[in-house]
Order: sequence, then structure tokens, then C-alpha cells
Amino acid sequence: MTEMILAVKNLTASIDDTPILKGVNLEVKAGEIHAIMGRNGSGKSTFSKVLAGHPAYEVTGGEVIYQGENLLEKEAEERAIAGIFLAFQYPLEIPGVSNLDFLRVAYNARRKHQGLAEMDPFDFEDLVAEKLDLVKMDASFLERSVNEGFSGGEKKRNEILQMALLEPTLAILDETDSGLDIDALKTVAHGVNQLTNPNNACIAITHYQRLLDYIIPDYVHVMQDGEIVTSGGKELALELESRGYDYFNK
Amino acid sequence: MNKLVAQDSYLTHLLQQCEQKPLVTDGFMADLLPSLRKRAAYQVLESCIPTKKDEEWRFTDLSPLVKVNFQLAGKGNITPNLEPLIIPEASHSRLVFVNGIYSHDLSDVSAIGSGIYVGNLTNLPPEHQGRIKQYLGNLEGTDTFTALNTAGFRDVAIIWASSNTVVQKPIHLLYLSVGEENPGFSQPRTLVVAEPNSSVQLIEEYGEAENSPLPYFTNGVTEIWVQENARVNHTRIQRESQEGFHIGKSAIVQGGDSHYTCTEVNLGGKLSRHNLEVHQQGEQTETYLNGLTVVRGEQVGDTHSSVFLTKPHGTINQLHKCIVDDSARTVFNGKILVPQAAQMTNAMQLNRNLILSSKGRVDTKPELQITADDVKCSHGATVSQLEEDEVFYLRSRSLNEREARLLLVDAFAGEILGRIPVAFLGSMFHAEAQRRGEDYDLYC
Repeated sequence: MTEMILAVKNLTASIDDTPILKGVNLEVKAGEIHAIMGRNGSGKSTFSKVLAGHPAYEVTGGEVIYQGENLLEKEAEERAIAGIFLAFQYPLEIPGVSNLDFLRVAYNARRKHQGLAEMDPFDFEDLVAEKLDLVKMDASFLERSVNEGFSGGEKKRNEILQMALLEPTLAILDETDSGLDIDALKTVAHGVNQLTNPNNACIAITHYQRLLDYIIPDYVHVMQDGEIVTSGGKELALELESRGYDYFNK
Repeated sequence: MNKLVAQDSYLTHLLQQCEQKPLVTDGFMADLLPSLRKRAAYQVLESCIPTKKDEEWRFTDLSPLVKVNFQLAGKGNITPNLEPLIIPEASHSRLVFVNGIYSHDLSDVSAIGSGIYVGNLTNLPPEHQGRIKQYLGNLEGTDTFTALNTAGFRDVAIIWASSNTVVQKPIHLLYLSVGEENPGFSQPRTLVVAEPNSSVQLIEEYGEAENSPLPYFTNGVTEIWVQENARVNHTRIQRESQEGFHIGKSAIVQGGDSHYTCTEVNLGGKLSRHNLEVHQQGEQTETYLNGLTVVRGEQVGDTHSSVFLTKPHGTINQLHKCIVDDSARTVFNGKILVPQAAQMTNAMQLNRNLILSSKGRVDTKPELQITADDVKCSHGATVSQLEEDEVFYLRSRSLNEREARLLLVDAFAGEILGRIPVAFLGSMFHAEAQRRGEDYDLYC
């Protein structure tokens, strides 16, 4: 039997006492790619942040089992160390920290917890150089401050570069495709496709069916008003595109 | 000169002490000093210690200063240990002044080559003696504390680069306060003349030699003349003790095509104030002002800058950052004046503040006065705390909350520290920031 990576049962969550998630159920097994689609405000992004452990969201009910453990008990950094990676919808800019240093700190934080020695800067540079090709990034990006002055596409590619280095077990892409032109979209999708394998899993959150032409999902879920209302195969995305979200109203 | 009725007994008291221990006025100085001093003393007597009713001092209250009875400091009770203060890049291009008095023993200028004088006023070579009058004390517009310094400085650190002299090594001017029986008062004075086409890099540093619990007061003045096509890169470090009072003036005059860069780092002082004044007097003049003030406890750190443009094609680029913790306060007032004659000016000013506590306070006042109509000018000020989303971003990449906060604060400071041209200093401040964070649980 394929390993269960994530099991979400009846998850509810709110922010500032406003309920956003109203009972989400989802199971993700190793080797699977799931797409979650839905309108703005349907709770997609909240779901991704709750999974990653954003402190602003309060989980009010349900459970999340990640690789056999209760995920909700873990701090954000513990989840990251355990292999959960969130590619941000709006990656933050950190002026004053070079991208290379940032990548190294993140990489080494994880190694430290795995009981491995930190990788020295020179070896790390070699490692990053290998991964750069994957997202078609120039080495000059590494010298710039994290995401500062990056275009939207560059920021998203930078997220995928981090994903490539951190090798997550569960990658959550929060609208990684929004705002990308077709070339950037292809690059990002290519990177993601290279990184998925039978041992890990991916949840791609998106508005647009377009992404799913390049990252082929095993399952598509439609989220509305804090719940997953319909699930199906990849053909569901096409149906959604032609019929619109209203068709799936409860 | 008419006899004047002194306005302010506190100022008069400081002034009288200076007058009791005058600097020698032999030789060329007889021609230079008496009239300069007399004019300055007259101005001091006419003035009062500024209060919060004065526009220039409305955010900074000087009453804690006035409560202390400062005595003009002598040579100090101990010989300071220089070891930890030596900057490797400038280990043989260093002038040391103790309580404003030149220390021959602690200074080392063995690496200084030809074409430049680095030394004190008393030893000024004859070729410069005749011309020093054009520079020393020729600030445009003076304030009370500047006048007090002029009326009472005990010596002057002088860097004088002759035309076409390019000096690679940074020159370290180290002003140390060394405690005596009473709260001490000293008035360091600096003059830099960079003649046409010369290039000089200086590190001006203020600090205390030992950890004395006594308050002290440093009132420094630095005049820098950057002549046609010359370059001066000025790093100014203020690391007074937590009991120290520091008032400093830097006045810069720039000729055409010249470059001046100031990178100031203010860490110390119970109360510190830096008045930075730049006069662009030629065309195509470039000025870069970088500042970082880090305060905690009850510290007050104040920077007032003014840039006066007069000719077309001037550039001014200013970034001043403050990090405030505990009940500390910072003040930033940045004036840029662009008159009608200064067309094609390119001026940018930004003040960014990071408050780490609920009781910290920031006062910021960007002040651009633009009369010219064909210019590019922008200014801005931000006050923020560490954003939860920023911290979360780092935590989602495996850093714990503490590491995330330290990294963000370090990065905020790093933007300025990265502009310090002396590698040793940049890494030293980084280490200090880390240590502060770890020692005091500052940023959580």
C-alpha cells in the first residue's frame, strides 16, 4: 500500500474569530499531485497556511495527521524540518540578506535537526549551482538580497529553487502560477515536475486551469466557502473551466 | 567688542573652564586662534542651552545634560588599552586623542606616505600654516555647541591631502574619553582638507576607554573640505558609554565634481546628537549619507542632517536607519534644500525605523525644500515592527522564531553596515549585533 502522507479530517480554522475553514477533508498519498481550485476567498490560501503553521490562524477543530504524527502540535519550523514546504503566494523580500546566505541558513537549519554537519559555504555553492539550472536562474540571483527587486516570476522561481534544495516530502504551492507569463509558468512547472517522485507529494493551489496543463494532477478538488465540495480526476479542472464555479455550488 | 551679559550660566561655566586652559598661541597660531576664539566665545555668551521650544531641538531634551556639573577633562587617570580598538586596516595610520588632547604615544602614523599630513595642529608643517585660516572655523552658520568647541578646543586632528594625492589606507581618528574624579568634558576637533583630485578615507570614532560609571560629555566638531574632483569617504562611529553625552557636528563643504560619503553608526550614549551639514558648492557634486542608530534602555539617539545644494546636477542619496528597543528613542530630521539655481538635482532621502518594543519611540521629520523646477527629488519615512509574515516566512524555511528575528534585525542593520568601506568594522558590528541579541533577549 502506498504511504499516506497527509490526512486532514474535518479541519476548521479561523482568523480573528472569523471562521474560514469549515470542515476540510483531504487525503494525500506518496507519489500524488493534488490540485485545489476555488475562487478568491474560498479558503485555499488559508488552508495552505494552516498546514504550514502560520501563527495568525487558529485551528478550532478537526485533525491533521502528517506521516503518522499530529501535525497541529508542531511549530512552523518543526513542520518545515519534518518536510513540509510552502511555496508562498507572495514571497517576502528580505533586504540585507543575500539569497545565497538565506538558502544556506535554511538548508543548514534542516541538516542540523537531522543530526548532520552544516555544509560549508563552498560546498553549498556547488550544490546550489546544480539546482539553478532547474529553474533557469542566473548565478547573479544568489548575490542579490532575498526577493528584493525580483519580478513576480523571479520570486516564484526562487521559491521553487528553495524547494529543490530542501527536498520536501509534501510541497504546497500556493498560487505559484498567479501572475506568471507563459514562459515563466513553464519554467516553474518544469521545476516542480522534476522534483516530484513516488516518495513525495504535492498540493497545487490555483485559480487557473492553465497550470494544470503543465503540472498534471492526479486529483482535483474544488473548494468553496471553507470546504472541499467536489473532488475528481484531472478532467474536473476542464469541467470547471467550461462550467464555472457556480455549477458546483452546494 | 562690547562686554556682554552672559545669557546662560551653564554655558558660561563650561566656557570659563576652557579659557583657563588655553591652547598655546605661539607662531602661526597667534595669527589664527585668538580672533577665532574671541568670536566664538562671544557667540556662546549670547546663547542659551537649547530647549524643546527651539525648533532644532524640539524632540530632544537636554535637561539631563544640564543636571551634571562637568569639569574640563585633563589627560585622564589611566593610559587606555588600545589593543581592542585597533583597526587592522589602519593600524599604522591612526591618531589618538584622549579627552580632546593629542596623544603622541598612542598615535601611529608610520604608514602615512607623502602628499598628506596626518597629525595635530601644533605640529602642522609650515606649508599649510599660512592657509589653515581659510579652513579652520570657517563653517557657514554655527550653533552654540559648535561655537563652544571653537572657543575651547585643546588641539585639532588634521588630515590634509595635497592635490592629486590618493591615499588608499583608511585613516583612523580615535577620540577616547578617559575618566577622572569628576564628570569630564572634552571637545575633540577635526579638520580634513582634501585638495583637488585627492582621495581620502577616514574613520572617525568616539568612545570611552574604560567602563567608568561617571557621566561625561563629548562635544566634537569636524570640518571637511572636499575640493574639486576630490573624494572623501567618511565613516563615523559613536560608541560612547551608556552614561556618556555626545554632541557632534560634521560640516562638509564640497567643490564641483567631488564625492563625499558619510556612513555613521551610532550605538552609544545616554544622549547623543549628530548634526551633519553638507554644503554642495559646485556643479555635479555627489553626496551619499548612510546612517544607522541602534538604541536600547533609556538611550536617546538624534541625527539632524542638512544638505544645501547651490549648483546644477547635484546628487544626494541618503538612507538613515534606526533600531529602537526598550524605552529608547531616536530622532531623525533630514533637511535638503534645493534652490532655484540647483536645477537637475537628483535627491533621494529615506528614513527607516524598526521598533522592537512597545515602549520605544521614533520621531522622524524629512524636510525637503525645493524651489527649482527641473529636479528629481523623493523622500520617505517608515516606522515598522518585525512583521509576523516575515518571521513566518523564515520559520517555514526551518529557522526558529529567535533565529528568524535575529536574522531580520541583522539584515535591517546590515544594509548600512554593508556600506562601511572597512571590512573589519563591518564584521565587528555584525558580531556585536549578534552578541546583543543573544545577551539581552532583545528581539523577542
